[in-house]
Amino acid sequence: MTDTHIARPDFNHTLSLMDFPYIIQWREDRCKRCGQCTSVCPQGAISPAVKLLRTIESEGSIPTPSIKTKVIHVIEQLRDIEHYCTGCAMCQLVCPNNAIEPKYNPQHKFYHYKNQGGEPYRRGGRRNDPSPSILDRIKFTRISMLTDPALDAQRHEFRIRTYIGRILQPEILPLKGINGHLTLNKDSDIFIPPVREIFPVMIGSMSVGALSPPMWEGLAMGVAYLNEVEGIPIVMCTGEGGVPRRLLTSRYLKYFILQIASGYFGWDEIIHSIPHIVVDPAAIEIKYDQGAKPGDGGLLMAQKVIRLIAEIRGVPEGVDLASPPTHQTKYSIEEAVAKMIQSMSMAFGFRIPVYPKISGTRTAKAVLNNLARNPYASALAIDGEDGGTGAAYGVSLDKMGHPIASNIRDCYLELVKQGKQNELPLIGAGGVGKKGNLAANAAALIMLGASAVQVGKYIMQATAECLGDELNRCNLCNTGKCPRGIATQDPRLYRRLDSEKVAERLVDVIKACEMELKKIFAPMGRSTELPIGMSDALGIDDKDVAERLQISYVC
Amino acid sequence: MCRLAAITSNRYLSPMENIAALETMKEGHDSSGMGLVLKDLGGLFEGLKGYPILSGICKEDKKGLLDEYMNRKGFKLIFEWSPKIRPKRGVSKRGHYFARIYDYPEPYIEISQKEREELLVKTRIELRQIGEKDGSILAFSFYPDVITLKEVGDPLELGEFFAIDNGELMAKIILAQGRQNTNYSIDLYACHPFFIQGYATMTNGENTAFVPIREFLMSRGFYGYTGYQSDSEVFAHILHYVVERLGLPIQYYKDVITPLSSKEINLRPEKEVLHILKKSLRYLVIDGPNCVIGFTPDGTCFMVHDSKKLRPGVVGGLPGKYCLMSEVCGVDRIIPERDSSKDIYPMKYDMVIVPPGASEVLIWNQLAGEFKEDRRHAA
Repeated sequence: MTDTHIARPDFNHTLSLMDFPYIIQWREDRCKRCGQCTSVCPQGAISPAVKLLRTIESEGSIPTPSIKTKVIHVIEQLRDIEHYCTGCAMCQLVCPNNAIEPKYNPQHKFYHYKNQGGEPYRRGGRRNDPSPSILDRIKFTRISMLTDPALDAQRHEFRIRTYIGRILQPEILPLKGINGHLTLNKDSDIFIPPVREIFPVMIGSMSVGALSPPMWEGLAMGVAYLNEVEGIPIVMCTGEGGVPRRLLTSRYLKYFILQIASGYFGWDEIIHSIPHIVVDPAAIEIKYDQGAKPGDGGLLMAQKVIRLIAEIRGVPEGVDLASPPTHQTKYSIEEAVAKMIQSMSMAFGFRIPVYPKISGTRTAKAVLNNLARNPYASALAIDGEDGGTGAAYGVSLDKMGHPIASNIRDCYLELVKQGKQNELPLIGAGGVGKKGNLAANAAALIMLGASAVQVGKYIMQATAECLGDELNRCNLCNTGKCPRGIATQDPRLYRRLDSEKVAERLVDVIKACEMELKKIFAPMGRSTELPIGMSDALGIDDKDVAERLQISYVC
Repeated sequence: MCRLAAITSNRYLSPMENIAALETMKEGHDSSGMGLVLKDLGGLFEGLKGYPILSGICKEDKKGLLDEYMNRKGFKLIFEWSPKIRPKRGVSKRGHYFARIYDYPEPYIEISQKEREELLVKTRIELRQIGEKDGSILAFSFYPDVITLKEVGDPLELGEFFAIDNGELMAKIILAQGRQNTNYSIDLYACHPFFIQGYATMTNGENTAFVPIREFLMSRGFYGYTGYQSDSEVFAHILHYVVERLGLPIQYYKDVITPLSSKEINLRPEKEVLHILKKSLRYLVIDGPNCVIGFTPDGTCFMVHDSKKLRPGVVGGLPGKYCLMSEVCGVDRIIPERDSSKDIYPMKYDMVIVPPGASEVLIWNQLAGEFKEDRRHAA
């Protein structure tokens, strides 16, 4: 730990606290000097310090100044950029006397300095833009009134379900009628693609490795409980990093979507386990890109590659695991991507849906059109610019990518033009639940045209009190120092997290989300099917956005 | 919220019967439109069953435009009927109301009925498009043995306006709707019943799933799926799509618009098919509140509800004549001699089907997946 202003008496080349994004407010009168705050700080941004206090005092009516000095013990914020305060507020959390807290400093110049050694700033989290997203600004304006009474979210039967998988066009279904009853024409050579019925909110890809063992385990337990006890068929994507073997060979695998990405981490283990797999996974997601860091590969820092992770991923311990920005086998979407989809389908006997995930991009329609022509492509997942990640360059997080709303809308309308809006489901992601409105954001995306949504960051925040936000609070996921024990492989940190609590919270969150979805759909008079593309129900108070999304302008 | 009055019979009826039934249900319609679709025609049209009838309205000075278009297409006018208008206060004459019987253009005489029908749909749509530019021509139906009449006004007054009681218009199947205009502007094309290629439906209630359904139908590549001044027009088009385009038996209309839950489907013998249908036709699911009454080209009539049954509907009558109506007072007005305890109020899983000739009533129970002949009504 260095304090550079000591080295230079002129204070040049030294940052002031006003340059930092968070400034520690410490109250001497309340502090009992227990040291808990300094020991919990993941950044080492605060330190106990011994200071010499010099005061000039005078007693009586005639000035008789005398200098008094005393040694005091304070908590001091470091002005070293490496030890910047992230605003995580763990100090405030552990302080028994409420004597310390960080305050956000809107004038900060953090980004000007956080590139020491020529190394750009890297972090976890999502785009640092605290303003409400378009999804949050969309209102549901078609309320069923006296002409078509609203449904009752508590009393009526609702079916909050969707499909993942390519759905055959009605015109080519292999059916035949016998005495007025329909049967499947078994002699037909038409391939009926696998389709899964799921809850429309999916837990997005967060890998074993990026997440700590108790976090991943908690989510997995919650997913199993929701399916088996609550009857909510939610699925969770593994992210790139394989699956613990005991889950891989368990009957719970059916609730998980296995992700394969450009590093193929974990797939050696998965392929070798196929003979021992007792149930098919829910689907395979081929990650080509990610909304948080479009065009950039995955990264698991060496400090997170402990023995367990190394075994699951089939790599040595303690090395950086970088997935390349693109699949090395990807030559073209017409050929290589099609082959990859077919290969993955074939590995599981064409019994499970296989779909690619891309980041939001202006070129999404080109990808979509290729997939629309590929009979084995089961869906297209698009991850918008507000998607989260465990590690990325700040510039990728903040400046790269495409908002999800218009991307999904454009793709949906393109499918409508081709009559394939039901054939190829769209999965929207990126910023769902950014402001805490999980169900409302999901419903908005669905009514813009998504068949399902993926959510990651919100789940971490809601189930494990992840501290990160869009004012760059915490966002230390990449460092392995996650103070909540969510995104770390350090046992001293992840012991703080109770997987049972995570599971319980996930169940709470998803059950509440289901009820909120009902509360959104019921007043619109929709209950039997998901209102995919029901754009007449949406409005926004911005004419340009309304025109762009082909929804109502309301004010 | 509109009132519906359909009668199917084994003998010719006057549409005044339907109008009389609508009159008993007057609280439920507000003179914002009445539509009549007559099928299996008697009266003046009894001997002309093989020829297509174009029903519509054109402005008096645009008859030439209509003639010119039909001549250009090669249709030969055989006969034209026009109602003997009796002016009524509150009903404004929109133009020349007509039902024109044509012979097919020469090249179409030897081709299949299907191709002929498709020509009729195309012709009607083109005429509609021509007329939509300036409101000069309205074309409601173009099909053999079917006449459609629509106008804004109180049904009883419209009956007198069109002199419907003079015996010229008779039919064995008549659908009538008294409209209660709701959230769309008053437009005659929004007036039920809707007709397409031998299929007609009329609906009570709004269709909350209208936009995705409309987009799905319009993306099927069939030129007939157009219009949609009313959200209820999709019910006719879904029927046409399911029975005509996909070739499914009529009872599967119920499985398409109100599919069973997965658990319920597993109870049906053809569960494999239903699971696939439910997925492939997901966009055609309705959420109500709706009661749908309609007929198919062979003269089968039916009544079906959304799965939460938020609109009323009753079927009652005697072998040889059945009413499918919104309210029992309408049935009482037409067939008071029936035993009303035998009236059928279709529930969540039911689709009531009255076969051609109105000899019996069948109830398709969606959950059981079988027809129950209603023995109480059997002859």
